[in-house]
Amino acid sequence: MTRTPVVPAAPAVSGRAARRRAALEWIAVHSLGIAAALFFTLPFVFVLLTSLMSDSQALSRDLIPDTWEWDNYRRVFDTPGFPTWWRNTLLYAGLGTVLTVVSSIPVAYALAKFRFRGRNLSLMLVISMMMLPPQVVVIPMYLFWAKQLDLSGSLWPLLIPMAFGDAFSVFLLRQFLTTVPDEYLDAARVDGCGELRTLLRVVLPMAKPGIAAVALFQFFYAWNDYFGPQIYASENPGAWTLSYGLESFKGAHHTDWNLTMAATVLVMAPVILVFFFAQKAFVEGVTLTGVKG
Amino acid sequence: MSTVTLASKRRRSALRTLAFLSPWLIGFSVFFAYPLLSTVYFSFMRYDGFRPPTWSGTQNWTYVFQHYPLFWPALRNTLWLVLVMVGLRVVFGLGVGILITKIRTGTGVFRTLFYLPYLAPPVAATMAFAFLLNPGTGPVNSILENAGVPAPAWFNDPAWSKPALTLLALWGIGDLMVIFMAALLDVPKEQYEAAELDGTSPWQRFRYVTLPNISPIVMFAVVTGVIQAMQYYTQPLVAGKVASGVIQGAGTQFEPGYPEKSTLTLPQLVYNLGFQRFDYGAACVVALVLFALSMAFTALLMRRRGGLVQAGDR
Repeated sequence: MTRTPVVPAAPAVSGRAARRRAALEWIAVHSLGIAAALFFTLPFVFVLLTSLMSDSQALSRDLIPDTWEWDNYRRVFDTPGFPTWWRNTLLYAGLGTVLTVVSSIPVAYALAKFRFRGRNLSLMLVISMMMLPPQVVVIPMYLFWAKQLDLSGSLWPLLIPMAFGDAFSVFLLRQFLTTVPDEYLDAARVDGCGELRTLLRVVLPMAKPGIAAVALFQFFYAWNDYFGPQIYASENPGAWTLSYGLESFKGAHHTDWNLTMAATVLVMAPVILVFFFAQKAFVEGVTLTGVKG
Repeated sequence: MSTVTLASKRRRSALRTLAFLSPWLIGFSVFFAYPLLSTVYFSFMRYDGFRPPTWSGTQNWTYVFQHYPLFWPALRNTLWLVLVMVGLRVVFGLGVGILITKIRTGTGVFRTLFYLPYLAPPVAATMAFAFLLNPGTGPVNSILENAGVPAPAWFNDPAWSKPALTLLALWGIGDLMVIFMAALLDVPKEQYEAAELDGTSPWQRFRYVTLPNISPIVMFAVVTGVIQAMQYYTQPLVAGKVASGVIQGAGTQFEPGYPEKSTLTLPQLVYNLGFQRFDYGAACVVALVLFALSMAFTALLMRRRGGLVQAGDR
């Protein structure tokens, strides 16, 4: 319901004064916006500039490179280990995402659309699991993977659990699936569709944005994960990921901030590129897990 | 319909539910319930991973609370992070959220620029800040000194390491900005118009119209922030390691919480006790403290109206 004000708004202020106030506000808001934009972007700019400096200039206090050393980026790849970490990260993030999405979909569907006893309890357990710091269960998990299955020094202890539904992905997908109207499901069932067919043929096509968001979050999670690789892969440099290796890179190139920053750019770049291609799904995912009440 | 077919139908639907839930049921038991119970079990055992575990009663508990020199500093740091970092993040996130709703020109560009730092992988973002804020050649201190401002040593000074981490956390405010922006745009326009007719000041409109409307989201941001603060691990660890100049490798020892325990958090203690000192029993005690704290805040989150579970429920 919209109300039309009977009394003209703010009668004391003349039209010109109001316009001047609006102009001043526009200037104030946009100056603040530019200041904030500088705060958010300057770190990226300085990192980029330093990544293009020569070795000796990176040790100085200069802000702008004298000569633009694009070759630094090739030198990063020459560092032993770096290509391997790249491959491992793609494996962890890529395969991990596929496993997570495939295993989380049926669970999320059941939690969103089936009526059964213990549904609310299950949902609460999913949320608890999502909020659980990984450190709480890491000791028994490490002993399980390393001592009983002898799989430490590899990415398997990180990949295998992803085939069993990830709590955050289940939760996020369920949020999407509850918004699919029941009428579509009923129609499919009346037409004699089994539950699995209904899920695959009717629900999944409608849940594409949700699946995209889950896949993105999972990809970013694995790409960014530091603790997991530190626990399971640290003893074998051949199994390190970019997140874990980046810091050792700084160790190996003790004073070379230019190469370290070039490596940092290379670790950030894929995530930001992926974001630009899938912006909408990502922002939708952030709002859906946070708001709407 | 006869009762027999009804019963069999019910059984079929129960089986179907179980089948759909099975990946998670297995995952929950194997990767949550079982290790959680084992953590409780090991917290009463003396275990170094080589000799078989032996019963030690409450020894690990008294060790962690009374003799382990890192526990109380880590808890104090966590409290600091909860009060200062979470508080500032919520205030700053709300401020940036409001700013973005007011910007009329180039909104998309501004929003993307504000959001990007949130995407930077934590290790990369921490490395970037360790460089930006490094006292020797860092651009921030170069600029500060040129401006005649005394520059702090940031990650190398125990008094400045947590503020430096806070700066890093404020930089990555993008997620909160998006959440606040969505909430702010949902505030009914009529309420602002009515308040304006009453001749209220902008501050009064914020206080009496905006804030009551978005308070569930503020609460959500606070509680999830606290849960994140409990889990704060990668950034303080990487910042401490890079600033102290250790070279990482398998089994490398590094000073926990460099400088002077100022960046130590509870999750780091689990690593320190379990994987540096091979005292799995004591590590499990810290893990359980962490568990109790996070679950307390999770419970608070789930009880709030407009909180997590509400979303999408009809």
